[in-house]
Amino acid sequence: MSDILSLSLAGLRARLADRSVSATDAVSSCLERIADTEPAIEALLTVTGEAALTQAQAMDAAGPDASKPLWGVPVVVKDAICTKGVATTCASRILENFVPFYDATCVARLKEAGAILLGKANMDEFAMGSSTENSAFQKTRNPWNLDKVPGGSSGGSGATVAAGQCFAALGTDTGGSIRLPASFCGVTGIKPTYGRISRYGVVAYGSSLDQVGPLARTAEDCAVMLQVMSGHDAKDSTSAPREVPDFAAQTATRKDLKGLRLGLPEEYWGEGLTAEVRACCDQAVDAAKGLGAVVVPVKLPHTKYAIATYYIVAMAEASSNLARFDGVRYGFRHPDAKDLRDLYEMSRSEGFGEEVQRRIVLGTYVLSAGYYDAYYRKAAQVRRLIRQDFLDAFQACDVIVGPTSPFTAFGLGEKADDPLQMYLADIFTISLNLSGLPGLSMPVGLGQESGLPVGLQMFGKAWDEGTILGAANALSGALPQIGMPKI
Amino acid sequence: MAEYEAVIGLEVHAQLLTESKIFCSCSTRFGNDPNENVCPVCSGMPGVLPVLNERAVEYAAKMGMAIDCALNPVSVFARKNYFYPDLPKGYQISQFELPIAEHGKVDILVDGVAKTIGVTRIHMEEDAGKNIHSATDNASYVDLNRACVPLIEIVSEPDMRSADEAVAYLKELRSILVYLGICDGNMEEGSFRCDANVSIRPKGQEEFGTRAEIKNVNSFRNVHKAIEYEIQRQKDCLEDGEAIVQETRLYNPDKNVTASMRGKEEAHDYRYFPDPDLVPLKLDPAKLEQWKAQLPELPRVRRQRFENDFGLSANDAATITAERDLADYFEAACAAYAQPKKIANWIMSELLREMGEAKLAAAQLKLAPSDLAKLVKLVDEGVISGKIGKQIFPDLFAQGGDPEALVKAKGLVQISDSSALEEAIDAVLAASPAEVEAYKGGKTKLMGFFVGQVMKATKGQANPGLLNQLLAKKLS
Ligand SMILES: [Zn+2]
Repeated sequence: MSDILSLSLAGLRARLADRSVSATDAVSSCLERIADTEPAIEALLTVTGEAALTQAQAMDAAGPDASKPLWGVPVVVKDAICTKGVATTCASRILENFVPFYDATCVARLKEAGAILLGKANMDEFAMGSSTENSAFQKTRNPWNLDKVPGGSSGGSGATVAAGQCFAALGTDTGGSIRLPASFCGVTGIKPTYGRISRYGVVAYGSSLDQVGPLARTAEDCAVMLQVMSGHDAKDSTSAPREVPDFAAQTATRKDLKGLRLGLPEEYWGEGLTAEVRACCDQAVDAAKGLGAVVVPVKLPHTKYAIATYYIVAMAEASSNLARFDGVRYGFRHPDAKDLRDLYEMSRSEGFGEEVQRRIVLGTYVLSAGYYDAYYRKAAQVRRLIRQDFLDAFQACDVIVGPTSPFTAFGLGEKADDPLQMYLADIFTISLNLSGLPGLSMPVGLGQESGLPVGLQMFGKAWDEGTILGAANALSGALPQIGMPKI
Repeated sequence: MAEYEAVIGLEVHAQLLTESKIFCSCSTRFGNDPNENVCPVCSGMPGVLPVLNERAVEYAAKMGMAIDCALNPVSVFARKNYFYPDLPKGYQISQFELPIAEHGKVDILVDGVAKTIGVTRIHMEEDAGKNIHSATDNASYVDLNRACVPLIEIVSEPDMRSADEAVAYLKELRSILVYLGICDGNMEEGSFRCDANVSIRPKGQEEFGTRAEIKNVNSFRNVHKAIEYEIQRQKDCLEDGEAIVQETRLYNPDKNVTASMRGKEEAHDYRYFPDPDLVPLKLDPAKLEQWKAQLPELPRVRRQRFENDFGLSANDAATITAERDLADYFEAACAAYAQPKKIANWIMSELLREMGEAKLAAAQLKLAPSDLAKLVKLVDEGVISGKIGKQIFPDLFAQGGDPEALVKAKGLVQISDSSALEEAIDAVLAASPAEVEAYKGGKTKLMGFFVGQVMKATKGQANPGLLNQLLAKKLS
């Protein structure tokens, strides 16, 4: 493995800036790594190697541009995010041949900042899943153990960063889809505050929950990526018209946690955690105390309703969001359809996978006349209570801390046949999406039993990504590094 | 046999005259090539998001103010979910639980009787595209030019009791929309369309009968005919002992019948829920003030003013104020020559007839209002007779221009010079000794004959007043 790949994104930026590494070197190192590891990992659905190299060479010819914070940095984008001229499939048959003629705003901003697109990452179909096994095209494996899943739904993004194929990847997080794969793959990933990054061009799953965010090796790397993508976008009315703080400065400069109040919700630290997850997370909290943090117990009493609430809201929105995939204007159209009803039924039945169809049907049900009040309206009410839990907890603390998942990466196929078990993998991640608040997952060690990465979550107040990124940066410095997996 | 009463409510869709669509920046121009006015947003590509057009909000709010609605400080866009090829997202963005405006009213006048029709609500929504079924290649196509074009739906209370009332309400609504400059009111192009909910009940009964929704009525005439037909159909049903089914019926203007489209059992469940892609619409009180200040004088007020200040009859005032441009035309003409009743007469008789024949709207006329005023003045001052005025009107209407110049060019100036006229009279009297004799013998009806003869001799240019006066003198 080229030693360029052992650099963090921040490290690479420094080397690119002083021209000790060229953009072409960076891209070719990544492409070599992809060639070496992809057969085993299958993290990527599309590799845009040639275009990336051509672009890198042109950039090298022009020389580094200090005004572009990601100049020459190779990145991977989750396949739910539209990339102009590059297939965007959402890992679904129904979009197998779809090539957008527009960039998502977040992608346009990465490109504007000088990033080079290396490829598109595998995912659970339409971001519905927690293991990336729901991809219609391939099963991505966890670089730490090829028999394990990378988490989901942004499993390809987690795996590609963990395997050193790129320096950062974009994921989307509707119920934990950035943080769970970050945790399982031993990388750092952040779901920003809802409204921080434009959703324009991000294929919608649960529109009121979806947020784009980066997965990278360090909190500092995430901060650089987040910085570039954040801020109001006229094309997304739900993106916030507010100042974007200097995340990178807030992150890199934080070396201790003096006076920072860490809230430990009892609902996240009770029974159900595996011993190795508890051990790693306890160790991390101790390290935080060592850095000056104050630990306070907090309560999030409506947590027990989070999974039910989440699935009602997300499925309802999904059932409507996915209606546009009808075989009329683009995407898969069943060749045997004889009339309009056929066209819809056959195209959608064959185009969508089982889990997607399950969620469309359930979502349609909860919105139906006679059921709306009992399900969707009730869920919207409970959602407000869940958000209030967080606001109350933040009266007593600055950051909420807990494990990202009760367990480390599970085996391929282990939960694939049991959707309910699969939904439980998100138990600690989904409340955050319902609240709209920001949260990240960072690696805090390898499980003693499994040898797999353990992730710790930090939730912040609305628009306060800087505090959790800074805290993660400081804490990371006080913990033993897990390094990169050996493949 | 029971006497029945009709109960009618109308749902009007008005296309707003914004330059761009309601949720994207595509043009709303009518008549472009299919799918010319289309972008990723209005074609429902993956990942795209709607952004609300402020101008559409302004227009909807103005309509709300114009018909005395309460404007909701916060309203919510909702998704109406159903599948159809002309609906690219698989849902229409509309408003459901919280529309922009509610509880308005519209005053109408039918056969001199005033009535107030309640308006339940106004909500904003996007239009769908258009499916085109090809006869030649056994295929269907979709044109999305109209998809995402802004509409307001104005829902009335079931307050109307006859087709006449329904049409009066529609005309008033249309007139208000056009006055506000927010809709072109074109029913043929579909920018003003209506569905009618019609039921009947025995007179005196409180509860409503089962209603049918009539779709596809695209002119005032057809609305009238469709409602009349439907009322009769329902009466026939009841009298034959049949139950009326709640259903949607399509009006067929060629056969003048309504036919069942789909019954209630097939009714859609639209699964409305708040659209998470759009934040709730908050109306800014300062903007509302500003918009309110911009409201023009509305047809009802203008009609009243025309009656009071100009002395027009209720009928003339109603006709002239129905179209904002025509009322403006009238006022411009009056500004040039302050004889409003005479100008109104010319508009009511000559101008509207020519406009109807030429299918022209007031804004498209070649004849300037000041030139119409000049024509009226020429007649008033006796430069030409009213008859000549009417004779040359079609030319003036077709080409426009100064009527005085036309009159001169055609040599149509009235003979008001008594010596010139006396010559003609003398010649006529000399040529008709028998009639002169008879007249003098008491057949005074023959005066008409002499007038006619002199007019003929002068090619109609004799000043009628002067002619009568001179003739009377010469025959006495
Ligand atoms: Zn458009």
